[in-house]
Amino acid sequence: MNTQTQTVPIDIGKKPSSIKTESISGAEAVIKCLLAEGVDLLYGYPGGAIMPIYDELYKFQDKLHHVLTRHEQGAAHAAQGYARVTGRVGVAMATSGPGATNLVTGIADAQIDSTPMVCITGQVASHLLGSDAFQETDIIGISTPVTKWNYQITKASEIPEIMAKAFYLARSGRPGPVLIDITKDAQFGEVDFSYKKCENVRSYKAVPEFNIDKIKEVAELINNAKKPFIVFGQGVILGQAEKEFKAFIEKADIPSASTLLGLSALESKHRLNVGLVGMHGHYAPNKLTNECDLLIAIGMRFDDRVTGNLETYAKQAKVIHFEIDPSEIDKNVKTDVAVLGDVKETLSEILSLVTIGNHKEWLQEFQKLYDIELEKVINDQLNPTKKGLTMGEVLGGINKETKGDAVIVSDVGQHQMFACRYADFIKTRSNVTSGGLGTMGFALPAAIGAKMGVPDREVIAIIGDGGYQMTIQELGTILQTDIAVKIVVLNNSFLGMVRQWQELFFDRRYASTVMKNPDFVKIAEGYGIEATSVSKREDLANAIKTMVASENSYFLEVVIEQEDNVFPMIPTGASVSDVRLS
Amino acid sequence: MEEKQIYTISIYTENNVGILNRLSAIFLKRHINIESMTVSKSEIDNVHRFTFVVKLSETRARKIIGQLEKQIEVIRAFYHTEDEIIYQETALFKVSTEHLYDEEIQGRLKFRRANIVTITEHFFVLEASGLKEDIDRLYNKLKPYGLMQFVRSGRIAITRPKMAISELLQEIN
Repeated sequence: MNTQTQTVPIDIGKKPSSIKTESISGAEAVIKCLLAEGVDLLYGYPGGAIMPIYDELYKFQDKLHHVLTRHEQGAAHAAQGYARVTGRVGVAMATSGPGATNLVTGIADAQIDSTPMVCITGQVASHLLGSDAFQETDIIGISTPVTKWNYQITKASEIPEIMAKAFYLARSGRPGPVLIDITKDAQFGEVDFSYKKCENVRSYKAVPEFNIDKIKEVAELINNAKKPFIVFGQGVILGQAEKEFKAFIEKADIPSASTLLGLSALESKHRLNVGLVGMHGHYAPNKLTNECDLLIAIGMRFDDRVTGNLETYAKQAKVIHFEIDPSEIDKNVKTDVAVLGDVKETLSEILSLVTIGNHKEWLQEFQKLYDIELEKVINDQLNPTKKGLTMGEVLGGINKETKGDAVIVSDVGQHQMFACRYADFIKTRSNVTSGGLGTMGFALPAAIGAKMGVPDREVIAIIGDGGYQMTIQELGTILQTDIAVKIVVLNNSFLGMVRQWQELFFDRRYASTVMKNPDFVKIAEGYGIEATSVSKREDLANAIKTMVASENSYFLEVVIEQEDNVFPMIPTGASVSDVRLS
Repeated sequence: MEEKQIYTISIYTENNVGILNRLSAIFLKRHINIESMTVSKSEIDNVHRFTFVVKLSETRARKIIGQLEKQIEVIRAFYHTEDEIIYQETALFKVSTEHLYDEEIQGRLKFRRANIVTITEHFFVLEASGLKEDIDRLYNKLKPYGLMQFVRSGRIAITRPKMAISELLQEIN
């Protein structure tokens, strides 16, 4: 090889035509790729087909911290939690067969909630593929519908390029999960290692170019609108466009409501933040969706839980959609003008084109409806007079202690809706919840990942008694890592959301929603976590205070009113304007 | 309800393992039956072309194209109505040699685009290309002779309108 460098002169000013390589194992190459991508933390669970990589993890443990979860699903959710609070790619690793299939729920969750994640799975040796070998499963086939991209590596030489592509695809454009399956012989094989970050895939356009004429058209619509209304989603957070978004709405003076995943992109108490849209969102934004003259959707995808019945959704309004993913345009709601592109760029462009707005009267309509909701729903939750504790007052208590400066990780169900409705957010990336997939069991492992992502922030998991028991084994991960996650279980001894539907739509036939629960305090203590349970209103504030003040992990069970309901509510198939207060 | 009609969906993709699975999953997820499918190389080196025939509404077809193009290894996808394309199918018929000199079969061979691919002592194989209806017609004519085997390819189609795919590839390469 020296002869070549001697005979071919290299222009010193340019990149050398050959990159220096070294021969290493495929397994070591995987670790070096992770390091080259800036990964210093990953979650996983070892097993036969991924042992060569774990062996390398052992050697590189000072550079790359591997967190052993108690189940692969926990690893996937922890990687998601980490990604959601940091914006970086979360990494989860598992062995073949059951290890890989256990990741699937987390992968599907990351896909529907656009979370950047790379999952690495071990696979049986390539000569055994298709032979029904021990712990062989077709994880490529299984994960295809729920991944942004997936690939099976069967040769060590493929590792650097494929890993670079995996990270690029996971984080760029609309982020999502990528799964890389690596056969055991590829891990043992040799590769001349050199790493080049991927910046382009020819069949993939991460961000569509924006069209300035569309932006001008939109600006004109906004400038002429009497009752403009914004619904913003996670796109604002994923695009790191919080500042641009705020500057835009403040200048144009437009009331703005959040989707479930858009929460915390704009602080809860901002004067233009009119709350949450959707099935259990706030009264005013749902109701007034059908009264605005211009609906501006920003980085959101018109989920059915947001729109209710599409036949009666904002039919009176012109619709503008700011979106990075072209397939979302007109998917659910027909738009009048679509602005494709990165919201950080498109919102910056529009800022100079919109005139200073004044929608005082229109904003007052939101206030009026908020006051109705305050009286009929919110006050009863935050300052209840009934005997049983409410989920709302627990959130109220947490707000008081944290001043909104905590990451709230919620699971799925009634408590999630209370957490998302009542938690105060003052910082972006503070709301971590399973939105699209609605994965019970998400919160505990996601909170572990979130806390590791932002160790200096308070991270509080709000979980129901049902979802908690779906991934309760991750208390073991807390025990082993000593991570200071705060866990609040809102225990009503019911699968509360299903019970609520049974009460409202199935004549109170409580089929399999009653939960006989264990002693949660003893369980937490068994894992070395300080724990308390409260059931009386007079004890609540202190318990929350103690929990927040603790420097270690802490478990707080709050025994709450058994048959409380989340309102407002848009029943399935109803119109957003038919939102019920009771 | 918007009316359903036959659409031919042409998809240009990278030539990698597993793409078919990814594409068919998009139809499966929406409970759309695939009437026919053909995979081949395309006019561009190392680019594959999938041709799906499906029956759906135009709105649905448009949304499916969006989902198909969203797949990382899909370069472009297009949908076309019947009058926008020139299309063909090929079929093979295996018939017992005793019928070779039947008038009907001889007539077919003369006037239709049917060729004998092979003749043995026991059977002969007819090949015919045409529209689906042409092949159906031939099938119905030959059925009484006792078809020993019958197979038909998926549709292959070329569009009348230009597909800007080559330029696009040049641009991104």
